[in-house]
Amino acid sequence: MPSASPRVALRVDNLKKAYRDVQAVDGIHFELVAGECFGLLGPNGAGKTTTIEICEGLTPADSGVVEVLGLRWETDAKELRQRLGIQLQETQLAEKLTVLETLELFRSFFREGPLPAEALALVQLDEKRHARVGGLSGGQKQRLALACALVGNPDLLFLDEPTTGLDPQARRQLWDLIQQFKRDGRTILLTTHYMDEAQQLCERIAIMDHGRIIARGTPRELIDSIGIEHIVEFSTAGDVDLAPIRTMAGVKDVHPAGGFFEMQVTELHTCVPALVGELGRQKLALTELRTHSATLEDVFVALTGRHLRDE
Amino acid sequence: MSDGFRSHPLVQLTLLRLREFLREPEAVFWALIFPILLAGGLGIAFRGEAPEVVRVAVTDDAIAATLRQDPVLDVVAMTPDEAARALRSGRILLVVEPGADGGAAYRYDDTNPEARAARAAANQALQVASGRVDPVRVDDVITRETGARYIDFLIPGLVGMGIMGNAIWGLGFSIVDARRRKLMKRIIATPMPRHLFLGSFLAWRVLLLPVEVGVPVLFGRVAFDVPVRGGMIDLALLAMLGSMTFSAIGLLIASRAKTIEAVSGLMNFVMMPMWILSGVFFSADRFPDAVQPLIRALPLSALIDAIRASMLQGITLVALWPQVLTMIAWLVVSFIAAMWLFRWR
Repeated sequence: MPSASPRVALRVDNLKKAYRDVQAVDGIHFELVAGECFGLLGPNGAGKTTTIEICEGLTPADSGVVEVLGLRWETDAKELRQRLGIQLQETQLAEKLTVLETLELFRSFFREGPLPAEALALVQLDEKRHARVGGLSGGQKQRLALACALVGNPDLLFLDEPTTGLDPQARRQLWDLIQQFKRDGRTILLTTHYMDEAQQLCERIAIMDHGRIIARGTPRELIDSIGIEHIVEFSTAGDVDLAPIRTMAGVKDVHPAGGFFEMQVTELHTCVPALVGELGRQKLALTELRTHSATLEDVFVALTGRHLRDE
Repeated sequence: MSDGFRSHPLVQLTLLRLREFLREPEAVFWALIFPILLAGGLGIAFRGEAPEVVRVAVTDDAIAATLRQDPVLDVVAMTPDEAARALRSGRILLVVEPGADGGAAYRYDDTNPEARAARAAANQALQVASGRVDPVRVDDVITRETGARYIDFLIPGLVGMGIMGNAIWGLGFSIVDARRRKLMKRIIATPMPRHLFLGSFLAWRVLLLPVEVGVPVLFGRVAFDVPVRGGMIDLALLAMLGSMTFSAIGLLIASRAKTIEAVSGLMNFVMMPMWILSGVFFSADRFPDAVQPLIRALPLSALIDAIRASMLQGITLVALWPQVLTMIAWLVVSFIAAMWLFRWR
């Protein structure tokens, strides 16, 4: 097989992996171009972690091709380990070590890379260098995990759910760091079930569900693909007749969504006044009205009928 | 210490082990302090001092007067009721009562060695006072040699038990904890050679060995004058072999367990029979002959027998080949099985 172009940092082709009777990954393919941040977005159990761990050489695939930096796990594992930076989901580092000791430990495994103190500066943990890992906050622990992924100066960074379980402020801080890594020209494969995270960080996204990739593209392309510009959510005091609303110009769909109604529209400035007028004709008071531009969440809902966060 | 040495992965992994251990005060206590307290307590309880006088209860004044002539006996006059109560509660072990034909009767529990000794002493005193002449002349030559007391027996047992416990607990908990926290998975995702991860456990055990073995041995030497006749080098070699053997067994026990509870159960299951059978606190010779070959084949029996023979009798390692071979066999088999079964994630 001819080697992929050097611009391709990761090539996954027809990858399959089954656990007992569950087909965790079901024939997916994607490519990472050097310098981009590529996101695997999907709900829990979609097969994201299995996919990334196969790419990391931690889980063997049943079939398919995984080519990392032009190398294969079967033949070049030693070389690959030197060149990858890995952050696993839910790793708890040794609590009794200090931050700096942890980085010295990880740094000792790699041929080359920044000094432990330099890696700490990259994730803004300088002032915590002598603190015990057990005493760090969730966000600080996650930043330390990132630093551990960076000590080998990797050519490719794997981040598996980097902000899961963090409070909003800590997430934002982590996003800033990842943005900084992107500016430094690093290639990143990231998994997440937060659509805002994928939208913020990734140049290109593959949406995964039940082990398959059901859509792919830039965040803009994906949102445009569902033909919905905006979402209008409203609720009323009393039963509303949806039929006249559904036939209004610019309305793609309207349906009840747990206590309120969700209306998918192309143009806000015509649809919202029309909605208010229609409710006036039905003599119903508008009790709530929210609008937002279509997001990746809406893309997922449009493709699967489910929300990302549904278990 | 140069930076090049410090940045070797084996050094860093061993530092990880040492730091996790030393920063856990409980672990240090159980591994290092507890054996000293145990040896001190037991050493005081079973100290080899001059035999105490034997207390006997006597319910007859004439017999009491006779027995009082023997300085070994502490004769207490009691009514038959008092004597029966004292016997039941274990405050005295022998009651001497008037017997048939103007003689005496001994009331005692014949399964209690001390009660039998009291009976023999009382009988001797009574017979001699009544005019018995022994046909054979005997002389007592008293020797109180170090090496034959209970504390001499105990210190090697505690050293062996400590080596086993520290190796199995140390490896079992650390490995399963690293697996449970997915730290092991994270570490094998780096270029670290896997044998260094396991090697760091051995290095950690060997580094702590001088303290783990040295402390109880030194304590025995200073506090009770327990000998080390075979020399420190032989003792160190035996301790090293024992520690590696039990590290391999610990590795095997921890090879698949995913929770601390699971590995704790397994560790107790493996160690409990050896605590009882391998002669830590009392000689394994007390068990029936039929099970002796089985007991001798246990790794802790081999280790303790070898340490005891070396420390107390000065027997050389060459002469201890059965014990040494037994440990090597356990080491090799456990290590191969552990490598075969080991789960890295």
